[in-house]
Amino acid sequence: MFHIYCPYCEEHREEEEFHPKGQAHIQRPADPEACSDEAWGDYLFFRDNPRGVHHELWVHAVGCRKFFNITRHTVSYEILETYKMGEAPTVTAKSVSEKDKQAGVQAATGGWQTVGARPESEALNDASNQGARV
Amino acid sequence: MSQVNRLSQGGRIDRSRQLHFTFNGKPYVGYAGDTLASALLANGIDIVNRSFKYSRPRGIVAAGAEEPNAIVQLGSSEATQVPNVRATQQALYEGLTARSTNGWPNVQRDLMGMVGKLSGTFMPPGFYYKTFMAPASLWMTYEKYIRKSAGLGRSPTEPDPDSYDHINQHCDVLVIGAGPAGLAAAVTAARNGARVILCDEQEEMGGSLLDSRELIDDSPAVQWVDRVIDELAAMDNVTLLPRTTANGYHDHNFVTLHERCTEHLADSAPASGSRRQARSRMHRVRASQVVLATGAHERPLVYANNDVPGNLLAGAVSTYIRRYGVAPGQKLVLSATNDHAYRAALDWREAGREVVAIVDARANPQGDLVAKARTLGIPIITESAVIEAKGAERVSGARVAKIDATRFTVAGEVEELACDTIASSGGYSPVIHLSSHTGTRPTWRDDILGFVPGEVKGLTSVGGARGVYPLDDVIRDGIDGGRQATQAAGLDANAVTGLVPQVSAREDGAACALYQVPHLKPSMRAPKQFVDLQNDVTAAGIELATREGFESIEHVKRYTAMGFGTDQGKLGNINGMAIAARCLHRSIPEVGTTVFRPNYTPVTFGAIVGRHCRDLFDPERYTALHQWHVEQGAEFEDVGQWKRPWYFPRTVNGKKETLHEAVARECLAVRERVGILDASTLGKIDIQGADAREFLGRVYTNKWAKLAPGRVRYGLMCKDDGMLMDDGTTSCLGENHFLMTTTTGGAAGVMEWLELWHQTEWPELDVYFTSVTDHWATMTVTGPDARKLLAELTDIDLDKEQFKFMDWREGTVAGVPARVFRISFTGELAYEINVQANYAMHVWTALFKHGEKYDLTPYGTETMHVLRAEKGLIIVGQDTDGSVTPEDLGMQWAIGYDKPYSWIGKRALSRSDTRRTDRKQFVGLKPKDPKVVLEEGAQIVFDPNQSIPMSMVGHVTSSYYSPTLGHGFALAVVKGGHERMGETVYLPMVDGKVHEAEIVSPVFLDPKGERQNV
Repeated sequence: MFHIYCPYCEEHREEEEFHPKGQAHIQRPADPEACSDEAWGDYLFFRDNPRGVHHELWVHAVGCRKFFNITRHTVSYEILETYKMGEAPTVTAKSVSEKDKQAGVQAATGGWQTVGARPESEALNDASNQGARV
Repeated sequence: MSQVNRLSQGGRIDRSRQLHFTFNGKPYVGYAGDTLASALLANGIDIVNRSFKYSRPRGIVAAGAEEPNAIVQLGSSEATQVPNVRATQQALYEGLTARSTNGWPNVQRDLMGMVGKLSGTFMPPGFYYKTFMAPASLWMTYEKYIRKSAGLGRSPTEPDPDSYDHINQHCDVLVIGAGPAGLAAAVTAARNGARVILCDEQEEMGGSLLDSRELIDDSPAVQWVDRVIDELAAMDNVTLLPRTTANGYHDHNFVTLHERCTEHLADSAPASGSRRQARSRMHRVRASQVVLATGAHERPLVYANNDVPGNLLAGAVSTYIRRYGVAPGQKLVLSATNDHAYRAALDWREAGREVVAIVDARANPQGDLVAKARTLGIPIITESAVIEAKGAERVSGARVAKIDATRFTVAGEVEELACDTIASSGGYSPVIHLSSHTGTRPTWRDDILGFVPGEVKGLTSVGGARGVYPLDDVIRDGIDGGRQATQAAGLDANAVTGLVPQVSAREDGAACALYQVPHLKPSMRAPKQFVDLQNDVTAAGIELATREGFESIEHVKRYTAMGFGTDQGKLGNINGMAIAARCLHRSIPEVGTTVFRPNYTPVTFGAIVGRHCRDLFDPERYTALHQWHVEQGAEFEDVGQWKRPWYFPRTVNGKKETLHEAVARECLAVRERVGILDASTLGKIDIQGADAREFLGRVYTNKWAKLAPGRVRYGLMCKDDGMLMDDGTTSCLGENHFLMTTTTGGAAGVMEWLELWHQTEWPELDVYFTSVTDHWATMTVTGPDARKLLAELTDIDLDKEQFKFMDWREGTVAGVPARVFRISFTGELAYEINVQANYAMHVWTALFKHGEKYDLTPYGTETMHVLRAEKGLIIVGQDTDGSVTPEDLGMQWAIGYDKPYSWIGKRALSRSDTRRTDRKQFVGLKPKDPKVVLEEGAQIVFDPNQSIPMSMVGHVTSSYYSPTLGHGFALAVVKGGHERMGETVYLPMVDGKVHEAEIVSPVFLDPKGERQNV
């Protein structure tokens, strides 16, 4: 059972209080009518399934009822960061792999998190996650 | 004296307290402080079970959680039966009743054993797979014998009289295991101010020190244990949990600890004063840091007939002698690969029994314990091993030979030594199970010949759990680990002085690797060499699996069932992996290990469930009128968590109405006079804000821009894939204020859905949502006399021109503030009266007082369903299933195609799939035979003569008998149904009957709405 830091409540709470809502930063096309069937189908149905860093949308369902984002490692289940809606993640697949490269680490193993999001977070530097949901 | 194997002195048992117990119906006596296993051994019980597959006689092998054979059934009454108990972990208590879980007709004389012995190939590895592939009749033949002989006990057939607790815990440092490493870590953390939980699965804390020969600070090690525990017990920041197994290590340092509070006292929790105690407590611990001090399990040697009773682990022999004062035999042969195992021979000799020989696989054993054995004149046979045990129901001898472990051959003459006990030790495997629960992979270390825990954030392993074995090193490692964990938990950890106790260092020689002892014959033809005793997996079985092409250790495990038992292969797994590695010509780390999963040892369901059972299994929600319904004898149905009246059976001529009779009466009452429904469970969401109207326009398919205050509109809510997810009415309370209703079951989901879109896509909209479901009670008064009845109780003008269909008005009803909505889910004139929930009973009873002259009839959900279906009104989730668009329902009238904002679901309606003309569309079905009520869910075909498999073109979603229409009718989805009005479809049933029905409009009654618009 995860121990999740709610960036609004500013506390760690048990997973039982939260609902996962799928991949984060899926933005609804601004003009759906202008989308091809394929583009609309991609928006509706296609999601990433990475082995490693993944940005997820969660809601503090029986807490503050706020939606927020979790950056989680799908192998170790480590929560690398949680951040509010409208913020960009500071930890991405790219930043983690570069950090690991510098430290000579092959892959993250085991673990858990306690990093809260920095409000002055930088823009996304992971090409696959452009277009943060705001 | 009946306890033939009980030593005259020694052990940590209380000889002044005799305890009586029965095993397989026979009475025995043991002492306080015994486990069931030590008491059985003391009484000379050799055979405790029959083996799972071959029904071979089995005795006690180990002294702890790793015991594979002594699995017993406890319980003196039917309700208190406990299956799957390891006798080695069960404290003896007065009156304990235990049985073997296996063996037919009994363990002493087992018929299946004859089969197993006569036919060694009766059940080879992959037996089940191979048998399933054979003609089915073969399995039928085997099955009844296998079912009869197999099993690890049975569950009770009567309700559990006990209760079980859950408790949430938080701590800085959780120390798992109270042996030397765990105690040292716990006391280090505690002295530095950390909040510490120390748990240990045994009856007593102390771990290996409870049977240790070693001295700490020049006195027996147990005295140090007592001192440390006394210190810990006196500290406020420490929780000591004995008899507590850490059974699961979950994400983010969430660990479940199963504390058995009363299982050492009785088979059911005894009363404490007037109340019964909880039988066990599940501690749900969220630990900042975890210290794993779980020690190591000894590995047995794998030699022929190593399962005959009298074959034990070397360490277990020492434990039984030193801790329980039991020597489980007279003449011992010890077969070992390491110095530590020599303790068994020394303890055996000191107990006054004969050590026939120590057989050591090493060429030149050298350590202190070896020297001691030599001094005592115990014969030591080197470069050799026990290659085969002799005996059937008890060891009668050991065949010993020189072996060449590298070439895997017997290298000399075989000598047979007469003995009744063979102790073996092939080294030690760190207990890494809990770390494996987190998903981390363990690492093989050649220097200790074992796997050690992989890296887990927030976890420190100490002592034997990470392959540190000499006692002085273990204690130092525990102190270091305790300090590390304390610091990692964010505390200072410097206040440790004068703690390190003095342990006289012992010289141990190097151990050698030996995972299977070679036999004169190849493994396939030698007598069985058991690897996994609980599942009867042999070395030959593993070899066969690799020959049959299974290379992955996970596949070998599944094919042979190695490690599949309730012991998860605690004894045998490493040997099995090593044997697989040898057969595959690979190294152990290359072959790897299988994954250990929770639970570490079996946990009774009651402990997992805790108090979440019976009335507390799931919350039940009651409306404010629930008590009235109960008093009227309503039958209830579950809708989500709500209890809703299903129907109100009356007693007519001394006979209670059936569902069918009650529903017919209730339906006619509504259609002819007036009925009333408790509709309080409908979800209600109060929506306010300057952009509330805009928001509604985006989440509903229809238009909201012009809905004026005082008006109500029905809305459809889709997901962005265009499929209907919920429906309901929304009323305009003010320019910026709306009240949305949802389906009863969909309320929470819709609320979250609205928040999702507001918070993630349209945070710029000024809108707020508040759930008000429980604040308002809703009473639907409906039928031709509804207006007359309500008029007697309200100050609202009910004139049909002033208060039209789909209007709402505020006023009083029965003297209390009310909102009245003219909405109809029955097709009749209807008023939905909303009052504050705490006024509901007053208004409801007032309505009945005035309604008596109109024969006001309460109706339930079943009648509601019939009435709405007659009008073709859908129920989301019954007539729709997540694959139905509003267009499929023929509800184009509720779709705002020209709304400026591309509302949720709109774009999807122009996808090629949603444009298909052969989509399943919502229609009515009129059975040709008016007496027929079609089955809900029945499949529909166009051609009843088509051969099977037939083309299924739809199914029945709702079906009832209509007392108003006088015939059965149904709602259904049919491919291209909207264009097939008047056509005949067929419904082939399981019993061979084929029903015929005509496709008709789903509106069966009053298609123009003249009844509700009066």
